[in-house]
Amino acid sequence: MLTRAYQHSLNGSSRPEGLPLLEVDDISLRFGGVKALTNVSFTVTQGHVHAIIGPNGAGKSSLLNCISGIYHPQEGQIRLHTGGGQDFRGKDVQEGQHLLTQLPSYKVARLGVARSFQNIELFSHLSVLENLMLGRHIHMRHSVLASMLWFGPARKQEIEHRHLVEEVIDLLQLQSYRHKPVGALAYGIQKRVELGRALCIQPALLLLDEPMAGMNAEEKEDMARYILDVHELAGVSVVLIEHDMNVVMDISDRVSVLDFGKLIADGTPDEVKADPAVIEAYLGSDTEDDEVKDAERRMQERTDV
Amino acid sequence: MAMTATGVHHRSYTSELRLRATRAEYVRLALMGVLLVVVPFVLDNYWMSIANTILIAIIGAVGLNILVGYTGQISLGQGGFLAVGAYTSVILSDRMGLPTPLAIALAVVMTAVVGTFFGLPGLRLKGLYLAIATLASQQIIEFLIRRDYGDFLTGGLGYINVERLGFLGFQVGGRDVFERQWYVILAVLAVLSVVAARNIFRTGLGRSFMAVRDQDIAAEAIGVNLTRAKLTAFAVSSGFVGLAGALTAHYSEVVSWEKFTLEVSILYLAMIIVGGLGSIAGAVYGAIFMTLLPVVIRNVANALESVVPFLGSQLPAVQNATFGLVIILFLIIEPRGLNRLWERIKEYFRFWPFRY
Repeated sequence: MLTRAYQHSLNGSSRPEGLPLLEVDDISLRFGGVKALTNVSFTVTQGHVHAIIGPNGAGKSSLLNCISGIYHPQEGQIRLHTGGGQDFRGKDVQEGQHLLTQLPSYKVARLGVARSFQNIELFSHLSVLENLMLGRHIHMRHSVLASMLWFGPARKQEIEHRHLVEEVIDLLQLQSYRHKPVGALAYGIQKRVELGRALCIQPALLLLDEPMAGMNAEEKEDMARYILDVHELAGVSVVLIEHDMNVVMDISDRVSVLDFGKLIADGTPDEVKADPAVIEAYLGSDTEDDEVKDAERRMQERTDV
Repeated sequence: MAMTATGVHHRSYTSELRLRATRAEYVRLALMGVLLVVVPFVLDNYWMSIANTILIAIIGAVGLNILVGYTGQISLGQGGFLAVGAYTSVILSDRMGLPTPLAIALAVVMTAVVGTFFGLPGLRLKGLYLAIATLASQQIIEFLIRRDYGDFLTGGLGYINVERLGFLGFQVGGRDVFERQWYVILAVLAVLSVVAARNIFRTGLGRSFMAVRDQDIAAEAIGVNLTRAKLTAFAVSSGFVGLAGALTAHYSEVVSWEKFTLEVSILYLAMIIVGGLGSIAGAVYGAIFMTLLPVVIRNVANALESVVPFLGSQLPAVQNATFGLVIILFLIIEPRGLNRLWERIKEYFRFWPFRY
C-alpha cells in the first residue's frame, strides 16, 4: 500500500477495486451518413488504466466524447457504476448506476467523470490557479449575493478549496506557474495544467485524450509518471487515448483497439500485441481478396499501354 | 506591509486573496478616496453635474462589462435595459407610492428578469449573431416605450416628470445643493457597485463566467451548467444596468424614450472597449473618459472659436469626428484599453531602471 502525505483523496469513486466501473454497451454513433462508431462494447474496471488505441479517424475521440456527454450515441448505453464501497469522505455508498448517454456533459462531470482534451482546451486568459480552482466548480456553491459580499461564505469557500488545489499543484509540480496566465505557458506545461484541472474534480474516472501528443521523450516520460502517480497514489481509474505504443503497453492494464469505428480487439497489452486484426489495422497486410488483386492488375495493364 | 511587489511573501491564503498587497497600492486607494471626497468642494455646479453623470455611467459600464468583457456575450441591448430600470422605478415610486429606495431595488430585480429573458438567445447564439439578437431586444423595448400602448407608461404625455428624490425623511434640496447631495448618493452607490462586481470575479461564480467566455465546451466538461452561467451573467449584468437606469431617471427628474436609444447602447459598448474589456477598473476608466470627451471637445472648440471660427459653427460635426478619431487611435495604440495602458505605466515604474 502506497502512502501519501496529502490530506485529500483525489479519487472520487466509491467503487471497490476490481468491480466494473464503466460499461460501454453496444453504442453506435452516426454523423449523417458517416458511421463514427458501430456496436462498440467494453468494460472499464475500477482501478485500471484502460487504453484505447487505433489508427487516426478510428473513432477514439468520438468514443471519449460519448462517455463525457458531449456526443449522444444513437444506439446503446454507457453506464457508470457507483457505490459498493466508501467515498472520499469515508461514507458508505449504496450501489447504483447512471446512464451517461442520457445526461448533458455538465451532469456527467458532476458524477466525477473528468477529462482532458486532445487540443488543449484551457481557459487561456485565466491563471493556472484559476483554471485549477475551476476544477473545484462542482464542489462549490455559487450564490450571487454571497459572491458580491466576498467576506463570509465566499471567502471561506475559496480558502477551503484552495487546499486541495495546492495539493494538485504540488503533485504535478506546477508551483512556479501558479499565477501565470495559461495562454502564455509552454505546450507541455499546458497539458499538465489540463490534467491538474481534471484532477481537481476528484474524478471517479479520468478520461485523457492523447495527453502526450506532440511531446518529446522526456516530457512524455514525465507525463507517464504523473499519470501513474495519479493512478497509484490516488487510485483513480484512467481511460487513456494514446498513439505511443511504448507508453500504452507500459502503463495500461487493459487495451481496447478501434478501427473504422469498430472494436477489433480488447484485452491485456500482451494479448492485443499478438492479435492479428490489430497488426493488420496498424501495419496493413498483403490482401487475399481476388477482386482487389484483379483491379490492381487491370490498373497496371492500363498504365503499361 | 511590503513596500514593493518584490517584497510580498504571503503567509496565508487570506492575505494572498486580498486585492491589494503593497503599500503603494494602499496609498493609491487612499488617494482615490480623498479625490472622491474633495470633488464636491472644488467643482462648481456644472462640473458636478458631469461628475454625477460619470458616476451613473460607471455603474452601467461595470454592468455591461460583466456581460460582454467577462462572459463574452456581446450585448447591444444596454439602452433598453436602462429604460426598463428607469420606467419601473419611476412608476413604482411616483405612481404606486412605494418608497423610492424600495422602488429602485425592485427596478433592479425587474431589469434582471427582463435581461434574463432577452438573454435566452444567448444559449444558442454566439458572437456577432448574439449581438444582432440583443439588438432586437433594444428595438423591442424602445418601440414599446415609444408607442406606449394604452398610455400606461406616460399617460399620453410621451414623458414622465419625476418627483424630487426623497427617502427616509430626507429630501434632496434645491439648485444650490442639488448636485452635491446627489453626488454623495451616487458616489456611495457607484463605489458599492464597483466593489461588488470586483468581488464577483474573485469567486467561483465569476470564474465560471470567464470559463464560458474562454472555452465553453471545456467549461461544460468540468461541470459548469452553461445555461445557468449565461443566464446568471445576463441577470447580474442587467441588475447593474437597471440600477443605472433608475438613478438616471430620479437624477434627471424626467424620463422619456430619447434617453434610451441604440446610440446609448453603442456609447456604453465604446466605454468598455476604450476602458478595457474584462476589467472592472477598465469600465470605470472608460465611463470617465467617454463622458468627459464630448465636454472637453466642446470646451476646446469654444476656446479656439476666435482663431478658427469653423470649429464653433460646425461643433456637432467636429465633435463626432474627434470622438471617432480618438476611439480609433485608442484601438490602434492600446487595443486592450485604458486599463492596460495604466498597467503598463505601473510596470514601467516597477521595473525601473530596467526595461523588463
